[in-house]
Amino acid sequence: MKIQLVKIAHARSGDKGDTANAGIIALKPEYYPILKEQLTVERVKEHFKGMVLGEVERFEMPNIGAINFLLHNALGGGGTLTLKHDAQGKTYSTAFLRMEIEVDDNLQID
Amino acid sequence: MKEFIRIASGQGYWGDRFDAPIDQVKEGPVDYVVMDYLAEVTMSIMQKQKSRDPNLGYAKDFIPLMKTLLPLLVEKNVKLITNAGGVNPVACMLAVRQVAEDLGLSGLKIAAVYGDDILGQIDSMIASGHPMNNMETGEPLTKIRKNLSSANVYFGARPVVEALEQGAQIIVTGRVTDTGISLAPMIHEFGWKWDDWDKLAAGVVGGHINECGAQASGGNFFQGWKDVPNMERIGFPIVEAYPDGTLIVTKHESLGGLVNERSIKEQLVYELGDPTDYITPDVVADFTSIKLKQIAENRVKVYDIKGFPDTEFYKVSISHFDGYTCIGQLTYSWPEALEKAQKAGDIIRKRIEYLGLEFDAIHTEYLGYNACHGTTSPPVVEPNEIVFLAGVRGHNRKMMQTFANEIVPLVLTGPPSVTGFGGGRPRVRDVIAYWPALLKKEAVSPKVLTMEVI
Repeated sequence: MKIQLVKIAHARSGDKGDTANAGIIALKPEYYPILKEQLTVERVKEHFKGMVLGEVERFEMPNIGAINFLLHNALGGGGTLTLKHDAQGKTYSTAFLRMEIEVDDNLQID
Repeated sequence: MKEFIRIASGQGYWGDRFDAPIDQVKEGPVDYVVMDYLAEVTMSIMQKQKSRDPNLGYAKDFIPLMKTLLPLLVEKNVKLITNAGGVNPVACMLAVRQVAEDLGLSGLKIAAVYGDDILGQIDSMIASGHPMNNMETGEPLTKIRKNLSSANVYFGARPVVEALEQGAQIIVTGRVTDTGISLAPMIHEFGWKWDDWDKLAAGVVGGHINECGAQASGGNFFQGWKDVPNMERIGFPIVEAYPDGTLIVTKHESLGGLVNERSIKEQLVYELGDPTDYITPDVVADFTSIKLKQIAENRVKVYDIKGFPDTEFYKVSISHFDGYTCIGQLTYSWPEALEKAQKAGDIIRKRIEYLGLEFDAIHTEYLGYNACHGTTSPPVVEPNEIVFLAGVRGHNRKMMQTFANEIVPLVLTGPPSVTGFGGGRPRVRDVIAYWPALLKKEAVSPKVLTMEVI
């Protein structure tokens, strides 16, 4: 079945110049393998099409059940150059959590 | 040696809640308070203030805070480390000394950490083989040389440790890293060596948890924000550090907020790059080694952290003038609020074209529809209201002003049921852009000046 990422993960995002970072954190240890499988660079690029104009980098953090993403060329120049209301990409975390992912029909979700 | 020390975060950024550092000292035992004041753009504002008055160039509102905080710090024997010194730490220290003298706090030792401001040495540094090319684009610094407004080296914990060794209780620094001000007390108290990489990395992780204030203790907390108690008096984080590099993150019981594994995880990933390569001036920390364990209510153990040798470079934060931006806004109401706002966006773009205005960037957004989530925003059905945002960036001041004058006329010439123009014409603002670069560590050395209040 398809669910929204927000059902199994929480997140925080921030900026580094014109790059936004988004850390996606599994709500339970058993959800981490789902994040690893579903949150591929290609899928994330597709989700942020037209918004993240550069490359997407992906870093696994099994110790805290999280994956950190760097979304390059995503903040309209970033810092003080940007014209975007969310200049620092603070809400890219929740934009990320809108993503639709495919999970097993029997997955237990609280 | 102390069994452990408590390092309390007093501020996440300049402009954070003013009474947080006071509460950290009043509401329970702490040994150190650390306060982060600096961001890239701050340095250039401070540089401008210093150019008008050589006694300014630091966080001015730190001084009135000292009037309240200093007596408490002295009474409870708590040390304060802050980068409020901006581009003029010595002037900041002298202002603090004046407050201390007025309060009769004789014997108090105050230190300034400086030497990070290299704005006056840029040409000689370039000439002696330190190009400071843009580390993202590779462009040479000479490209923006004439527009420079600040240049500061990020120092780590070393000069702060030196100030602590000299007995300073209040330490005001220039551009010391946000993590360095939390790491320094651990090195000082526990006698950690400069190649105890794992321990130094643990201190950096403690600093990362402290550096954004309440963001580690229930503020801006996604997972369970409704259950965060007493946010109106939220407790900022306190890092209990142990000699072996183990940390316990907690907060004062009497204050609000919460500390749990989720709140710490959210802060660990904040503004994170490659987690295996968290570079600081003192050590490279591996964030994939960090282990977390909730050991009691509002107590999370952070342990097993690994670190690696530091690099041969300091990071340099350079800022320069780079043109202007102007962002205007209008509010459209139901019915068809979004369609009206989008029509306004269409008109503005056509006016820019008709008037022959040239900009580096033109951007329109619709608050209530897509200003946060951009292209991932699903359609909205009949919103009550939409705020139309239109912005341009450019280098021609006159064209920028022409654009600024184009927003308000939309009220009587464009789509109906519009309001929210009470502020009049939007302001044209200077852009202070940021130029990240690296500098060999041998090119610059931090300085420490300690004084005793008489």
